[in-house]
Amino acid sequence: MSALRPTRPVWAAIVAIPVLFVVIAALQVRIDAVMRSAVNQREELLLQSGNTLRKLSLGYESLLADIYWTRAVQYYGERLGVEDANYELLAPLLDITTTLDPRLIVAYRFGSVFLSERGRAGPGRTDLAVALVKKGIAANPNEWRLYFDLGFLYYWRLKDYPAASTAYLAGSKVPGAPPWMKLVAARIAEKGGSFDISRTIWAELYETTKDPHLRKKALQQLQGLKAAEDEAELNKLAGQYRDRFGHDPASAKELREAGLLAGIPVDPAGFPYVFGADGKSHLSPESPIVEVKP
Amino acid sequence: MNITSGAVAINAFREAVRDRVLYNLVVFALVMIGAAILVGQISIGIERLVIINLGLSAISIFGLVMAIFIGVGLVYKEMEKRTLYSLLSKPIHRWEFLVGKYAGLLLTLTVNTFLMSVGLAAALFYVGRPFLRSDLSVVVAVYFILLELALVTAFALFFSCFSSPMLSTLFTLGIYVTGVFAKDIRDFGKLTHVPVLEVGTRVLYYVLPNYHNFNVIAAAAHGDSIPLSLIWQNTLYALAYVGLILAGASAVFSRRNLK
Amino acid sequence: MSGPAIDILGLTKDYPLGFWRKRMRRSLDNLILQIEEGEVFGFLGPNGAGKTTTLKLLMGLIFPTAGTARIRGRSIEDIRMHSDIGYMPEQPYFYDYLTASELLDYYARFFGYGPAERRDRVAKTLGRVGLADAAELQLRKFSKGMLQRVGIAQAILHDPEVVFLDEPMSGLDPVGRHEVRDIILELKKQGRTIFFSTHILSDAEMLCDRVGVLHMGKLFGVGAPDEIVSIEVRGMEVLFEARDGRTLPANLPGCATKIGARYRIEVHEEELYAALEQLRGYNARILSVSPVRPTLEDYFLQLVTGKGASGVPEVNRQ
Repeated sequence: MSALRPTRPVWAAIVAIPVLFVVIAALQVRIDAVMRSAVNQREELLLQSGNTLRKLSLGYESLLADIYWTRAVQYYGERLGVEDANYELLAPLLDITTTLDPRLIVAYRFGSVFLSERGRAGPGRTDLAVALVKKGIAANPNEWRLYFDLGFLYYWRLKDYPAASTAYLAGSKVPGAPPWMKLVAARIAEKGGSFDISRTIWAELYETTKDPHLRKKALQQLQGLKAAEDEAELNKLAGQYRDRFGHDPASAKELREAGLLAGIPVDPAGFPYVFGADGKSHLSPESPIVEVKP
Repeated sequence: MNITSGAVAINAFREAVRDRVLYNLVVFALVMIGAAILVGQISIGIERLVIINLGLSAISIFGLVMAIFIGVGLVYKEMEKRTLYSLLSKPIHRWEFLVGKYAGLLLTLTVNTFLMSVGLAAALFYVGRPFLRSDLSVVVAVYFILLELALVTAFALFFSCFSSPMLSTLFTLGIYVTGVFAKDIRDFGKLTHVPVLEVGTRVLYYVLPNYHNFNVIAAAAHGDSIPLSLIWQNTLYALAYVGLILAGASAVFSRRNLK
Repeated sequence: MSGPAIDILGLTKDYPLGFWRKRMRRSLDNLILQIEEGEVFGFLGPNGAGKTTTLKLLMGLIFPTAGTARIRGRSIEDIRMHSDIGYMPEQPYFYDYLTASELLDYYARFFGYGPAERRDRVAKTLGRVGLADAAELQLRKFSKGMLQRVGIAQAILHDPEVVFLDEPMSGLDPVGRHEVRDIILELKKQGRTIFFSTHILSDAEMLCDRVGVLHMGKLFGVGAPDEIVSIEVRGMEVLFEARDGRTLPANLPGCATKIGARYRIEVHEEELYAALEQLRGYNARILSVSPVRPTLEDYFLQLVTGKGASGVPEVNRQ
C-alpha cells in the first residue's frame, strides 16, 4: 500500500520543471549567440604551454588531447568564412593537442592544411604549419602521411620544389609508403609544379584521411584543378576559334556550333563555363568552385 | 522569500560563521599576497593579467569547494542529527525550510566572495595599477562566479535531501565537470556524425547546466567589456535553473519519511 | 471548540523490510483514539511498541500508510495545525552552536512574534523549565537533563493548546523528573491538553487522566489508570518486623520477602486473620495491613509477556 503523502509540491514541480527547461534552452541559444559574436574579441588560452598542461593532466593526457582537438576543430569551424576572423589561437590549440598526444596524426594533418590557409579560411601561417608537421614527423617518424603533408606544404604553398621533392623522397623510404611517392619526388625535382602532380597529391590526401574537413577540402581542390585544366583546354579551343573566325567566341555554344566542341562543357560542380570579354573561359560566377580555384 | 525562510536563512548563515567556515578567507588572503609579491618581480605589463587570472580562478575554486562541502550537508545533517524534528513541528512548510537553507548558504558564499574580491582589489592596488574603467569587467566576472556558485549550491542541496554527503559530493562534482565540458560533449557528438549521438549530445547540452556561460575570466583579465545582454541572460539562466532544481528538491523532500 | 482535541482515525504505518523492500513490518496498526480537551493522556508501551511512530505521524515527520488524524479540528496535513501544538521529540538534539536563548528565539520567529515579545517569551519559558541561568550557554555544553528541559521549553514557548511530549522524563534524575511533573501539572491547570508517551508507569499513574497501552503497534486498552487494571483485590499485604532482635522462624505464611529489618507477606484475604494469629505467636510487631491491587505494571507485564490475564477487562473505548 502506498503511503499517503503530500502531492501539491510534486504537482508544482511537474508543471514548473518542463517550463523552466524550455526557458533555459531558449536562454542558452541566446547566450551562445552572444558568445559567438564576441568571437573576434581577443581570447585567452589560460595555459598556452602544452607541457605544463601535460603535467597538470594527472594521467588524463589523451582525454585532454581529445578535448583540445575538438575545440580546435570547433574553433576553426566557427571562424571559417567570417569576415576579419581572428585565427590566432588555432596554432596554440593544435600545439597543445599534439603535445598532450603526440600520436594524434589527424591534428598534424589538419594543421598543415588549415593553418596555411589564407584570407577568410585561415591564418595564412605556413611557417607554423611546417613547424607543426615537422613536430609530428619527429614524434612519428614512420608515419609516411606526415612526410606527404610536409611535401604538400612546400609544393603547394611555398612553391619550394626542391624541398618538396626532398620531403616526398624521405617519405617514400618509410615502410608502407605508397610506391608513387618516389615518382612524385622525381617528377617535382624534374619539372617543378604541374597539374598532374597537384592532382595526385590532393587525390592522395582525399584517399588517406578520414577527417571530413580534410576530405572536403581535398575534393574542392580537385574540382578547382579540374576547372583550371578545363579552362586551359577551352582557351586552346578559343584560340582555334579566333584563328578561324577572327574574333573571340562569346560562349561555349558558339564553339559547339563551330564543331570544336561536342557539347556544352560544365565544371565539376555542374555549372557551364562562360567566356569573358577577354576571350578567355572562366567558371560561371555561380559556381562554388570559384572560391578554390588556384 | 518570506519571513519563515528568511529566519532559516539567517540561522544557516550563523551556523556557517560559527563553524569557522570563513577562515578559508585567510588562506585566500595568503595566496593573493604571495601572488602580488611574486608578480611584482615579473616583467611589467602583465601583472594585472596574472593577478586577475589567479585571483578570479581562486575565487571560483574556493567558492566551489565551499558550495559543495557545505551544500551536501545542508539537509542531510539536519536529518541525521534530528534537529529537523523540532523544527518541522513548527508552522513551517518543508519547502520554506529548503529555500531558507539554500539562501543561507548563498548568503555565506556572497559574503565570502565579496571579501575575496576586496582582497583581489587590494592585490591589484599593491601591484601599482590604478583602477581603470575596464576593471568593471572584473566585477562582472565575480558576479558570474556567484551565479555559477548559486547553481552548484542548488545541486548540492538537492542531493542533500536524499543522499549521503559522500555520494552527494560525487554527484554534484560530476554534474559540475560535465557542465563545464557541456559544449565539448556536444561538439564530440557532432564529430561522430552518428545521428543518435548527435541528437543525444545536443539534448544533453541544453539540459546540463552550462557553466562555461559564466566563465569570462579571460575577458576580465584583458579588460574587455562584457556585453550587457550576456549579463541579464546569464542572470535569468541562473534564476531559471536554480528555480528548477529547488522545485525538484521540494518535490522530493516533501514526500520523504524522516528516519 | 467541539469535538476532541486529538482525533486519531485509523492511523497505520508499514515499513518496508528486506533488501528488495518487499515485506512489510506494521509498526502501527489502525490506531483509533480520541483525546478530549484539557486531558492529560499517557501513551504507554514498551520500547518498539509504536509510540514514537505515532507521534512522528501526527507531526508530519513521516507519512501514514493509511488513516489520518485531526488536532483541534485541523487535519495533520494542514500546516496551520502546527501553530496550536508543541512537540518535544525523544532525546532531543538541537543546534549545538546556538545558545539556549538563541535557539528559542529562532523558533519563536516562526510564530510571528516581534522582537520584544520574543525576548519576553524566551526569558519566561527558560525560567519555567529552570534554565534561566544557562540562557547564554552554548547548547553543546548542555547535559542530557538540560537538553531535555530545552526540549520542553521549545514545546511550550508559544503557549500551545496541545502539547506532545515523547518520553519527557527519560534520562532525568529524580529531581529533574519531579520538575517535569510539576510543569506538566501546571500546564494541565492552564487547561491545556497533554499527550505524552512513556514507559515509566508510575509517572503515568500519577499524572494521567487516562492512559492508553500500545503493544506491537496495537492499542490494547484505554481508560483511567485504575480502570485499566482490575479493581479486584489480589490479596492482603502485611508489613511487620521482629521485636527486640528476635529472629522469626522460616516458615512464614503466604509469600514472604524481607527488606532490611522488615518483612512483607502477601496472603489471600480469607487467610488474613489466620496469618495475623501466627504472627502474634511469633511476637512480631505489625507495621501495616493493606489490600494489594494489581498495578499498571502488572497489567503491562502480563500484556508484554503474554501471560494469561485474569480479570483484566478490555475497557470500552470512549
